[in-house]
Amino acid sequence: MKRKLVVIGAGMASGRMLEHLFNAAPDQWEVTLFNAEPRGNYNRLMLSPVLSGEKTYAQIVTHDEGWYAARGVTCRFGESVTQVDRSARIVRSAGGDTPYDALVMATGSAPFIIPVVGKELPGVVTYRDLEDTEAMIAAGLAGKSAVVIGGGLLGLEAAAGMAARGASVTVIHLMGHLMERQLDPAAGALLQQDLERRGITVHCKGATKAILGDGKAEAVLLEDGTVYPADLVCMAVGIRPETRLANDAGLEVARGIVVNDAMRTSDPHIFALGECVEHRDQLFGLVAPLYLQAEVLAQTLLNKPATFRPVQTATRLKVTGCELFGAGDFAPGEGREDIVLRDPQGGIYKRLVLQGDRIIGIVMYGDTADGGWFYDLLQREANIGAMRDALIFGPAFQPKAAPEPAQLAEAC
Amino acid sequence: MNMQPTPPAIRTTCPYCGVGCGVLATPDGAGGLSIKGDPDHPANAGRLCVKGSALGETVSLQGRLLAPRIHGRETGWDEALDLVAARFTETIAKHGPDSVAFYVSGQLLTEDYYVANKLMKGFIGSGNIDTNSRLCMASSVAGHRRGFGTDTVPGLYEDLELADTVVLVGSNLAWCHPVLYQRLAAARAARGTKVVVIDPRRTATCDIADLHLALAPGADAVLFNLLLAEIDRRGLIDQAFSAHVEGMAGALAAAHATDPDASGLSPGDLSGFLDLWTGSEKVVTVYSQGINQSDSGTDKVNAIINCHLATGRIGRAGMGPFSVTGQPNAMGGREVGGLANMLACHLEIENPAHRKAVQTFWNTPRMAGAPGLKAVDIFRAVEEGRIKALWIMCTNPAVSMPEADRVARAIAGCDFVVVSDMMEKTDTTRLAHVLLPATGWGEKDGTVTNSERCISRQRRSLPAAGQARDDWRIIAEIGCRMGWPQAFGWAHAAEVFAEHAALSGVAGALGSDFDISDLAAIDVAAYDDLEPFHWPRSATKKGGRFFGDGRFTTPSGKGRMLPIIPRAPAPVEEAFPFRLNTGRVRDHWHTMTRTGLAPRLGQHLAEPYLDLHPADAGRLHLQTGALAEVSTPHGRAVLRVTVTDSVGQGEPFAPIHWTGETAPTGRIGAIIPAVTDPVSGQPALKSAAVAIRPFRAAWYGFAVSARKMRPDCDYWAEAALEGGFQIELAGRHHPDDWGRAAARLLGSQAEPLTMRDDRRGVLRLAFLEGGRLVGALFISADPVAVSRRYVAAAVGSDCGLDILAGQPGADREDEGALVCACFGIGAKTILRSIQTQKLVSVEGIGRALRAGTNCGSCKPELAHLLASAEPEP
Repeated sequence: MKRKLVVIGAGMASGRMLEHLFNAAPDQWEVTLFNAEPRGNYNRLMLSPVLSGEKTYAQIVTHDEGWYAARGVTCRFGESVTQVDRSARIVRSAGGDTPYDALVMATGSAPFIIPVVGKELPGVVTYRDLEDTEAMIAAGLAGKSAVVIGGGLLGLEAAAGMAARGASVTVIHLMGHLMERQLDPAAGALLQQDLERRGITVHCKGATKAILGDGKAEAVLLEDGTVYPADLVCMAVGIRPETRLANDAGLEVARGIVVNDAMRTSDPHIFALGECVEHRDQLFGLVAPLYLQAEVLAQTLLNKPATFRPVQTATRLKVTGCELFGAGDFAPGEGREDIVLRDPQGGIYKRLVLQGDRIIGIVMYGDTADGGWFYDLLQREANIGAMRDALIFGPAFQPKAAPEPAQLAEAC
Repeated sequence: MNMQPTPPAIRTTCPYCGVGCGVLATPDGAGGLSIKGDPDHPANAGRLCVKGSALGETVSLQGRLLAPRIHGRETGWDEALDLVAARFTETIAKHGPDSVAFYVSGQLLTEDYYVANKLMKGFIGSGNIDTNSRLCMASSVAGHRRGFGTDTVPGLYEDLELADTVVLVGSNLAWCHPVLYQRLAAARAARGTKVVVIDPRRTATCDIADLHLALAPGADAVLFNLLLAEIDRRGLIDQAFSAHVEGMAGALAAAHATDPDASGLSPGDLSGFLDLWTGSEKVVTVYSQGINQSDSGTDKVNAIINCHLATGRIGRAGMGPFSVTGQPNAMGGREVGGLANMLACHLEIENPAHRKAVQTFWNTPRMAGAPGLKAVDIFRAVEEGRIKALWIMCTNPAVSMPEADRVARAIAGCDFVVVSDMMEKTDTTRLAHVLLPATGWGEKDGTVTNSERCISRQRRSLPAAGQARDDWRIIAEIGCRMGWPQAFGWAHAAEVFAEHAALSGVAGALGSDFDISDLAAIDVAAYDDLEPFHWPRSATKKGGRFFGDGRFTTPSGKGRMLPIIPRAPAPVEEAFPFRLNTGRVRDHWHTMTRTGLAPRLGQHLAEPYLDLHPADAGRLHLQTGALAEVSTPHGRAVLRVTVTDSVGQGEPFAPIHWTGETAPTGRIGAIIPAVTDPVSGQPALKSAAVAIRPFRAAWYGFAVSARKMRPDCDYWAEAALEGGFQIELAGRHHPDDWGRAAARLLGSQAEPLTMRDDRRGVLRLAFLEGGRLVGALFISADPVAVSRRYVAAAVGSDCGLDILAGQPGADREDEGALVCACFGIGAKTILRSIQTQKLVSVEGIGRALRAGTNCGSCKPELAHLLASAEPEP
């Protein structure tokens, strides 16, 4: 007889977990899948092309109705779980109680809203899901002015997408250069040049003081007094794990839902994965470790031993014409060495950060074709001593055939 | 339609080594020449070496001196000539004829040489004319004169082909006389000639050697004394011929007293040589600078000649001692008396009857009464202020003389220095008060004599560059302006030649071997049509060999054997423990003023280097690619190290070609002491005692540039490229700002592409203009490891960041170091073909890649590549 598995959240991590589970043991679990969004799994990474108009929603769906039906998944889309009763092993929702033998919390994250005056004004949006994306498209971007607060990965994709739809876009970024977690200042500057070349205004070291407007967003005021007109304000300053249900249920929660190496929470019948979890004091926002979690959790649910070990993650920006790649650690530090290749006219910049004979950080801008190869060397902690001379020129310049690059991680 | 007829090929001769190959030069109508070997010339029968093949690449106006200059200011000929004539006249009037000197060149044509000699010895009245042949041939001249009476080469090139055994002593024939080497190699292949190479180094010539004797440096006279003693022991003295020989008893006594251990050879090697030489009646002993450039060079020459006189193996087909000269017209210079201790047409300056005859012929009131100063002594006299006016023609003593720094200082301190040259900037032209532009090869008309006494016409195929004039005309102009127009009034080079030929008749009458008086009445048309011929050419003798008939040109008419007591070079000292051997490389000639212009000649060995035995390198902590500082009390050089067991332990080798213009710290002359042979005055250039230590570079660099570079660092060496230059660099200190230093070096204001790896001291910069590479600089804390050919080939082409990799990517193949300069084929390409096409012979490589099929100079290297290639499993 099948055991009952309830999954809360149909994000990319839970979708991948279900694939592993059904592939390994199609008949072991009877699955009920709740999703607050009124739809199933789609590729959240591809929202940028939807925003820019390069793709449609239908093109980014990963699991359609037929897929769920074939696997006997009960889909409860658009239905929020309101409570978890751990002692009774049931989840409560508008549709009633659903019992579980095992529960997976994949509640994801919520955008962080900076607490400034005017944050509730109509026209202030976040950039997280299809609703946000559709809201921005619906605002009729052509000819409008838009301000994106946050010059990270999501903010820049939002900015580029809106610019592609004809909006006049300004990016306000608190730090000294764009994407400071993925890029060093030199690459950040090249990225800024490229964005400015396509008409996007970039304001670094800009602290937002208030969103101005009478009944709707009209402008953004910075601490230094600069004012940018804004028919639309998109907040993209970060995310926080969505932990409300877990908290209410009395699970151990720190910044995220605490899980062990097997993705089990403090309740042995409850598991968690994705952006909502905290593992060994670490939160996760990029897709690669999430996919690993999905693999581990599927094993756990099949009573097989598995251990989650986070991997280095790499970033590509999905903005056409802005080729960038960042991975690992590139902060200056004791014993760290750089190899840098630069073509100032061509807007190409490549930097490898080495510690000993190993790559620990990669920043590339303008030409990222070899990113996967470097990333593989980084992940494998390969000794690059012997190929150091031509290393930065990529696999074509190495004496022997280079190994196949590893699967490239992407941001979610 | 206007069809341009193809202009006829002009028959001329090559301006490099003493083989004297015939060349067919066809003007391309755009100022250039296409070059082929002359199939009808007796020296080469159509063959050419890589240097000769590349002559067409050296006739551009690049670097030429195009107008006379006084103190750097361009001027007209009249002003310059008046000044030179006035200053020489004034100096002679005030300080006497010996206060002036000419230092001339084995690269002058015979007509130039004749006029210079006539002016100095016959009209100025001093013997102070000497030539760079002093550095090359003087010991052979002296040895010939002691042994034969006159400076006579007895044999012909064909003797190398007719011999059963050819001994090459002190001669890297494969690189220094490539066409003669090819003739020998072909004869060996055809008839199994035994070849012995006697050289402390295992040179490329050893490729065809049945026996290589790596004798102790300077032990040549020991070896030939041992040979003479063995000849005697075996009863091989030619009793009939010995009637024509004097001094045999003394020579044999000295030979028998020679210690066999001093040769440094194993008993097996020694007896192998003795067996071969004594066992072959047809034996030729070829010798060159390894014999001559020694402080006992004349004795070595006579030790060799002794063996041939004792056995009568001289002057007959396939036998004899054979001196091969390093310069295209060393022989012509010797014939006209270009050496300070000769008169003209092999007459003797010390002989009053000879002096009188020449004085009468020249109809001059003044005549040099005694030998003048020889090369080393000329510059000593300049240094001491005894020579106050100096005229240097067609040579570069500030580089090529021993103690070259001292020579350069002496020239710089001279009251009045005239330099005639075809090049604007040489180490020597920079020191001149008056610069006179001379025509160069391709623009000159005259004759040269090669190592087998073959006189050939060098013919004009190009117009003179700028205002350049032929050397003989320049000298004659000075003779006229100094007051002797009747003696220097020729209108044509043919008239000079005719006068020289007429004088040779006077000499012949006095017993001289050099008599070409058949041509004393030659006119311009006949001169223009003159076919190559072997001298003499007189009523009594035309061409052929000398001395086979036992008739020598000594007063007694007998050949002379000399008692030779071998003298080893002075032992090395603790402070200077290495014995530095020197020589030429395959693709360059002398100070590279001409070969340096040809891109393909700069690729084979693009930098001054030091061959060092592995044991020495280990002790000094030097690896291949590192820089070594080589020093003597006279100066220092910085050279790229090649670790190789082709040289003996303690016997490093360095090539001689680099100058202040191409590699200021590669000037080998600067470190060599001016020790000379007491008989010939020839400097010992191959035995300096030197110290070697690592050159501690903070950085190494390699750069290519479309523009001429003039670096300002501790070490640099430049070579020409197609469309630019390449340069090796190193420094003890980093410049303050590499970006600015690179922009200055490469002469570009573009914002460069960069690659840096600070911990490794790696910085690479590439400057693009309009997308094309105009310059790139590769800096590293270690010797720069990039594919130089790949980077060099990129100059002027479209480039991206990949150029900074300094090597081709996966889709392009690295050709490796240039081996075949004629077809531009690299070592890696050849190795790949050997493996993939399973090539097993040099000829097979030639069929597959064409490598080695033109000049053949690279065949020894192809053979080494074959030997080194691992057969594909």
